[in-house]
Amino acid sequence: MNTGVNIAGVSFQNPVMTASGTFGSGMEYSEFVDLNRLGAVVTKGVANVPWPGNPTPRVAETYGGMLNAIGLQNPGIDTFIERDLKFLEDYDTRVIVNVCGKSIEDYVEVVERLSEQKRVDMLEINVSCPNVKEGAIAFGQNTEALMKITGEVKAKAKQPVIMKLSPNVTDIAEMARAAEAAGADAISLINTITGMKIDIHRRKFALANKTGGLSGPAIKPVAVRMVYQASHAVSIPVIGMGGIATWEDAVEFMMAGATAVAVGAMNFVNPTTTIEAVEGIEAFMKQQGIENVTDLIGCVE
Amino acid sequence: MTEENMMKKQKVTAVIRRQEEIAEDIYDLWLETELAGSAKPGQFVGVYPPDGAKLLPRPISICKADPEGGLLRLVYRVAGGGTAEFSQMHAGQKLKILGVLGNGFPIEKADGKSIFVMGGGIGIPPMLQTVISLQQRGEAKNINAVLGYRSERFLMEEFTQHCLAYAATEDGSYGTKGNVMDLVREHDLKGDMIFACGPMPMLRAVKEFAQANNIEAYISLEERMACGVGACLGCVCKTKETDAHSKVHNARICTDGPVFEAGSVDI
Repeated sequence: MNTGVNIAGVSFQNPVMTASGTFGSGMEYSEFVDLNRLGAVVTKGVANVPWPGNPTPRVAETYGGMLNAIGLQNPGIDTFIERDLKFLEDYDTRVIVNVCGKSIEDYVEVVERLSEQKRVDMLEINVSCPNVKEGAIAFGQNTEALMKITGEVKAKAKQPVIMKLSPNVTDIAEMARAAEAAGADAISLINTITGMKIDIHRRKFALANKTGGLSGPAIKPVAVRMVYQASHAVSIPVIGMGGIATWEDAVEFMMAGATAVAVGAMNFVNPTTTIEAVEGIEAFMKQQGIENVTDLIGCVE
Repeated sequence: MTEENMMKKQKVTAVIRRQEEIAEDIYDLWLETELAGSAKPGQFVGVYPPDGAKLLPRPISICKADPEGGLLRLVYRVAGGGTAEFSQMHAGQKLKILGVLGNGFPIEKADGKSIFVMGGGIGIPPMLQTVISLQQRGEAKNINAVLGYRSERFLMEEFTQHCLAYAATEDGSYGTKGNVMDLVREHDLKGDMIFACGPMPMLRAVKEFAQANNIEAYISLEERMACGVGACLGCVCKTKETDAHSKVHNARICTDGPVFEAGSVDI
């Protein structure tokens, strides 16, 4: 039985990853999860300099989901390399570093700083965070901007590049094709869906940022649909995410067309969701007589 | 089990031993759980609503820990759908909890000091274990509990078993009419350290009082939380200096707190 998958020449022991921003750099969750058993740790978005993020409240619960507007608070690339990457050196798992920025120059600076880092297996470029005013989603909502940043990052990147796409677009297939055309090695989706919550008793927004990104099981059907559409529009691999709570959800995303999957908000609910997904996929393969996990990719009829 | 294992954060299933409403919308919940062994005063647990559509653990402070009996006592106010759900549960039912979380009050810093333990409203419960731990350590010069209620008092009798306890009520139905700071002024209470938990206006007043009188103060903060373990960066507070972990002026209340030296945070 083979649970391994390959994305842009990088092999993963299994298709289960963590979704950026929900797992830090693995340090906090290493108390709950043996990181060595994950397909990859995808780290929280890192910029060229420390970012303070948004005012609080930054999170609010909604039915079957949650809104967040953290605003990409991060300690900056220097601390990330010295502390977070060093921490991950002790683990035998793949490391995908999520990169954010306010301008193309910011992104490229981080990508260049990471180019010599042996511990970094792939880069994930965040062009889809809905909670910051400059950068991020501004690069992910029209094909021209997406192609420009993808091309500039690819020109400097030493590791394969994943473009993380936003669901807050009219046509996800068009965005996927744009990323592929500009040289992306893979795409990941979906980031959060822009939402809002109002506290009717106080007549105030639940989040200081007014809007936030919706995640959790509530968004899963949207995510499965978009992964299906995107994976059928391109020939590069797709990493699927959006509300994965169980191994069944992970398998569903793979059947929709994902080569790998990531667990996001559900890490907060059940810190061992990732490991349970790994074990559940293995049991499912055994029970169904599936030799290679890659046989699941896009097998929906 | 090694000490390190005992301190490890875990998500576990706890069994409700008993629960009762001790004041309007205030519930006293006793849980049987292995987490009782490692709980310190001022720490908290995340309690998961049984309704799966409510995803996030509710942060609730530890009112009392009984390591021998394997019991954790949580006293909470019904503030929304999740806590309303907890309040309807009874002995024998199970709750998933995440813990033990946060840093807790630095009990050892009170050695040789005359300490005020101040609680306001639903900030009162964690101060009970705090006075118990101070009393057990036996190194503080003296311990005074200063409690502020809206109207109906709860837990006060238990405080009086461990220290001298004063109360203020907003409606004047008992003790000083007003808040904890009115009480401190009325009795001209003097001390050289404060541990406090309560609503933000109270904590601001405590911080101001402590700074004006050159008293060392530790305050417990709260904020909307998601993960509870320091990963999501949802529950930050502003810090005076650049935070060692975040590299910006933000500390994580769930992990770096909830207890902070009052001068180190901008509230």
